[in-house]
Amino acid sequence: MNTMRLTESAVDTDIKITAKDVQVYYGDNHAIKDVSVEIQDKTVTAFIGPSGCGKSTFLRCINRMNDTIDVCRVQGDIKIDGEDIYDKRVDPVQLRAKVGMVFQKPNPFPKSIYDNVAYGPRIHGLAKNKADLDDIVERALRRGAIWNEVKDRLDAPGTGLSGGQQQRLCIARAVATEPEVLLMDEPCSALDPIATAQVEELIDELRKSYSVVIVTHSMQQAARVSQRTAFFHLGNLVEYGETGQIFTNPVDPRTENYITGRIG
Amino acid sequence: MWWPLNGTDNGTLRMSITAILFLAVLALCVLGYSLARNRALAGAGGDRRLLHSLPTYYGTNAAMFTAVPALGVMVIWLLAQPMMIETRVQGMIPASFIDEGSSIGLVMNDVRRVADGLDLAVKSGGLSADDARKLSANSDVRGMLADRGVALGSDVKPEVLAAAQTYRSAAATGRMWMVVVVMGLALIGFAIAVSLSKPDFRARNVVERGILALLMVAASLAILTTLGIVLSMLFESINFFRVHPASDFFFGGSWAPNFRGDSDLSILPLLWGTLYISLIALTVAVPIGLFAAIYLSEYAGPKLRAVAKPLLEILAGIPTIVYGLFALLTVGPALVRVFGRGDEGLLGVEWMSGATAVLTAGLVMGIMLIPFVSSLSDDIINAVPQAMRDGSLGLGATPSETIRQVVLPAALPGIVGAILLAASRAIGETMIVVLGAGAIAKFSANPLEAMTTITTRIVSQLTGDTDFSSPETLVAFALGLTLFVLTLGLNVFALIIVRKYREQYD
Repeated sequence: MNTMRLTESAVDTDIKITAKDVQVYYGDNHAIKDVSVEIQDKTVTAFIGPSGCGKSTFLRCINRMNDTIDVCRVQGDIKIDGEDIYDKRVDPVQLRAKVGMVFQKPNPFPKSIYDNVAYGPRIHGLAKNKADLDDIVERALRRGAIWNEVKDRLDAPGTGLSGGQQQRLCIARAVATEPEVLLMDEPCSALDPIATAQVEELIDELRKSYSVVIVTHSMQQAARVSQRTAFFHLGNLVEYGETGQIFTNPVDPRTENYITGRIG
Repeated sequence: MWWPLNGTDNGTLRMSITAILFLAVLALCVLGYSLARNRALAGAGGDRRLLHSLPTYYGTNAAMFTAVPALGVMVIWLLAQPMMIETRVQGMIPASFIDEGSSIGLVMNDVRRVADGLDLAVKSGGLSADDARKLSANSDVRGMLADRGVALGSDVKPEVLAAAQTYRSAAATGRMWMVVVVMGLALIGFAIAVSLSKPDFRARNVVERGILALLMVAASLAILTTLGIVLSMLFESINFFRVHPASDFFFGGSWAPNFRGDSDLSILPLLWGTLYISLIALTVAVPIGLFAAIYLSEYAGPKLRAVAKPLLEILAGIPTIVYGLFALLTVGPALVRVFGRGDEGLLGVEWMSGATAVLTAGLVMGIMLIPFVSSLSDDIINAVPQAMRDGSLGLGATPSETIRQVVLPAALPGIVGAILLAASRAIGETMIVVLGAGAIAKFSANPLEAMTTITTRIVSQLTGDTDFSSPETLVAFALGLTLFVLTLGLNVFALIIVRKYREQYD
């Protein structure tokens, strides 16, 4: 697969996540085949590809969310900062605190806005006292670019916000636990164009602090927000490289067909 | 105790005429169906595409027009006729005729029995219809009826015989007119529907409205029945409060029915027993049921779930009398072994003397409620969207943290509703407390003592050979009404809570 990877030159950041020969099975269905990829720190990496190509499945491997699905089996190595996350000694619960996730549909808990954001810090004991927790919540909401909209109604239920606000709340909730990697599974597919623009702007901000991996169906979105792009097709990683190069000068004919709209 | 049912033998006779009439209407229905269908088809020259509706709709329409008004009137007639005749015959009986200590109701019972006896005699051929009409009180009516198997309490008095004869003739006239009216309506409906059956008649729309009406009748019957139950309880309760002070019933301190009259009939000791037992039952059922539901919905694998859930629900299918036996024969003696028997008991204490106690009934009732709570909670927990769980797990929460902090709060309104429904079942439960709780009405906080509940008292006040109009009997209705109001209040409260805290998920 390494032959597929092109110019590494322009990137001077560290490798955050290394996946090697990853296989995923749902029962008898071989969903991910031999995927090897290196994801860089402080970078937005987009996974694109037609529906059912395995991009979401691969994303869920990175924080072991697939463990919650009974029939799912994962083989191969996935390392974050050189540490094998599928090692027996790794607690998936600890891992998920380090690798945050934002889902396709905004899923705020049926709690207040404050409690939604404070949820992770409380579970992991990140705050020393109430004032500290207040700080963490405010910082997270500011990072989620939603502070100004909700600062006067932190006690209102999170479910009462609009769709775009809910999704930014979920992003704030995810960054409140100070993760190192942020996984986003089609975070804008349930949002209107204005909310999408806000979230995309936010993603660009988040890049300064985190390694962001985003799955998206929209090639324009991948082109707008990501620095590197991986193209998945039928469970294979077809091509992985700098976003500009993938979109303007793809090596593999399947990539070209997909981005020009001939398959997918 | 003889309790004459209204018109047993007379009933069979009337039934036969009613049955023939019913069959006749049905036959007309079938005839109307095929006639209307064929007429509509013939009108379209045999081409069903030219009809507004499918041919069966024209048939159904005709059947509907024939049967519904006719059968509806028949039902009303059958319900109303006895009442009207009764009032008329009652007027014939002089007030002086009613003995001291008797009532018009008892005399009317005699009248009905004589009338039924005459009917039976005519039917079996022992008496011609003409003779039955002219029979005078001088002949031995009682002996003759006794030969036919109709036993009368005393000799038939002339007034009663006359009333009985009027009763018979009025019933016969009524039946005749019913046949005329019902058949007339059926024929009119039949004629109208068949003549309407032309190709451009919108039979389908009419049938649709008929179906709507049918569904509405079914829905309103259920509501009206509830209303009827409440009203009947209400009237008897009013009768009770006429003969017994309401202040004693609601605020008195003791329950001591006394068949010579002058009883203490206060609901408070019974209410205390009811609530105490229900509280123990809920303390058992709610944690166990809820934990079982959480295990089944969140942790158990599909195979285990497929076996365990039906097994748990079998508990719900056990008749409560069986739970009562379990309380009496197993749980009660086991509790006595622990808390009673002095030095021979497990704890060496003498706190509990008999097997029937609040704790016995409460524990067993709790077991009965477990599947109720767990099944409802399981459904509610499953209805919490998976996205909630993913969100929490994705933040690094453990499964139990996820359940405690996200799933249960989201499911809470539903779970509270389930608990309140279980509570209203516990309050209304009868057989377990009849067998397990004892029969002593008192205020006591000791769960090892026997106590009694509202439901058991209703049973004991209404069974046995008591005067129906005495306060000791009528109190059962006041108790029932209070119980009804109590459970209704709980259910309404449950609904309000569920509505108020319901979270909207897309």
